[in-house]
Amino acid sequence: MTGFDGIKLSARGVCIHYWQERSHRSFCAVDGVSMDVRDGEFVAIVGPSGCGKTTFLNAIDGLIPISAGSLSLSGRPIKGPGHDRAMVFQHPSLLPWRTVLANVAYGLEIQGRVDRHEARERAHAFVRMVGLERFEDHFPLELSGGMQQRVNLARALATDPELMLLDEPFAALDAQTREYMQLELLRIWGEARKTAVFITHDIKEAIYLANRVIVFTARPGRVKLTLDIDLPRPRELRVKRTPHFLEYEDAIWSAIEEESTLAKVVTI
Amino acid sequence: MNTEKATPDSDARTEPHNAVGRPGRLAAYQPTLIGGGAVLLSIAVWQLIAAAQVVSPLFLPAPTEIVKAYVQMFHDPEIWLDLETSGLEVLYGFGLAVVIGLPMGIVMGWYRPIRYALDPFIAFFYSTPRIALTPLMVIWLGIGIWSKVAVIFLGAFFPIAINAMAGIRSLDPLLLRAARSFGARDAQIFRTIALPGTVPFILTGIRLGVGHALIGLVVAELIAAQYGIGKLMEDSFDVFNMATGFAALILIAVTGVVLTIAIQRLERRFDAWRPNQ
Repeated sequence: MTGFDGIKLSARGVCIHYWQERSHRSFCAVDGVSMDVRDGEFVAIVGPSGCGKTTFLNAIDGLIPISAGSLSLSGRPIKGPGHDRAMVFQHPSLLPWRTVLANVAYGLEIQGRVDRHEARERAHAFVRMVGLERFEDHFPLELSGGMQQRVNLARALATDPELMLLDEPFAALDAQTREYMQLELLRIWGEARKTAVFITHDIKEAIYLANRVIVFTARPGRVKLTLDIDLPRPRELRVKRTPHFLEYEDAIWSAIEEESTLAKVVTI
Repeated sequence: MNTEKATPDSDARTEPHNAVGRPGRLAAYQPTLIGGGAVLLSIAVWQLIAAAQVVSPLFLPAPTEIVKAYVQMFHDPEIWLDLETSGLEVLYGFGLAVVIGLPMGIVMGWYRPIRYALDPFIAFFYSTPRIALTPLMVIWLGIGIWSKVAVIFLGAFFPIAINAMAGIRSLDPLLLRAARSFGARDAQIFRTIALPGTVPFILTGIRLGVGHALIGLVVAELIAAQYGIGKLMEDSFDVFNMATGFAALILIAVTGVVLTIAIQRLERRFDAWRPNQ
């Protein structure tokens, strides 16, 4: 089901406040963020560390409440976690006592929309999609970081969500694995055809993956810049060295630089 | 290793015998072989010392005497009454400790208000030398099996409850968040994350509980009992029947070792997902 004009996710003036135990005050992590994500779009949110992008994503997932504004998916307001969204966490967060297959089936099992047999069949299919069919019976601790993230991704995809939320899933991987996983993610995204919101602090990663890049300001998070990425798909890793790509990178960098000088922080 | 179904990457020919970290053929039996050898050696030395009469047999019976004592012991029908009494005491006391301690520990770990309510009592009893409550238990419950059951229960309850609570409290918050993100209800989180994540802690608690239960058994029977293996040991030492006393002592110790090994096996089974250290 899609809302009119094919908008999946709609955020209007979203504010999120946190209570800080240490200073006994609340601080504002996200301040008036508005954005629309259309059906089938891949949107990347970039911003400096601590800019509230992960907080924003957690709110979309329904894990934390928003203080003001509105968040809705296909016209339905977001009130808590739901079957229509699935999160790929920065930390793989796999159940260590379950095999790869059982981990991929976990979301389906919790949501109970399909029977055991079908859950298993679907898990098989998604394990295959992320290229781990030879490791179905392995335990997560026997896998490399990149492989664990594939399981994390397959677990989310298996629940067939309307919206995929990815929270810096490749941040902990080494540079080469990371590039390879980006390529893989695009392949899988092409197969699975999911609307996706992807959080990262890696500008290249954002441009390479997304249809649209949204730059957040430093704390509190606001939308600084929205940039449509007009690069042909399928994208190969080579595209990262084309002049067009570098122009996008340059535009995002200057937006962030401007922000950093304003905020007197240069952490990214 | 099964070489009949060799696949391209596990072909027997390509697998060198001197691969780093590959255990030798006897490696798996090494602990048993060396440990068993050491036990046999010390029994032999013990027998030699006894035979040479270095120590008076009044204080240290020879292993052969202990074997004779076992034969004699099991000819007397009263031993079955002792075994049954001690066995029932441990069964009831330890069983109650598991049946009450396990749910209580889990509930205390899961619901904070319940933990706050019970913490003072747990802290009080945990710091009390519970074995010293035996005379009190005898006054309250008599010299029959129930005073022993109570002492064993008090010994085993705390390690079981406290470990179960620690297990629930040390659950990975990231796993809880992932489960919540998929829309898991509390009951589902409990079944799919809390319970499996707590099993290793529960088994450790049970293993420690067995040790405390056996200590409780013997000490309680020493103080006041009609029948029981601890009572038999006490009676035998009282009349300098050293061989029978040692026989009873070894019986108790071996029971403890066997139970501990069994639980360790179980712990390893539930740890199959942890890569080899």
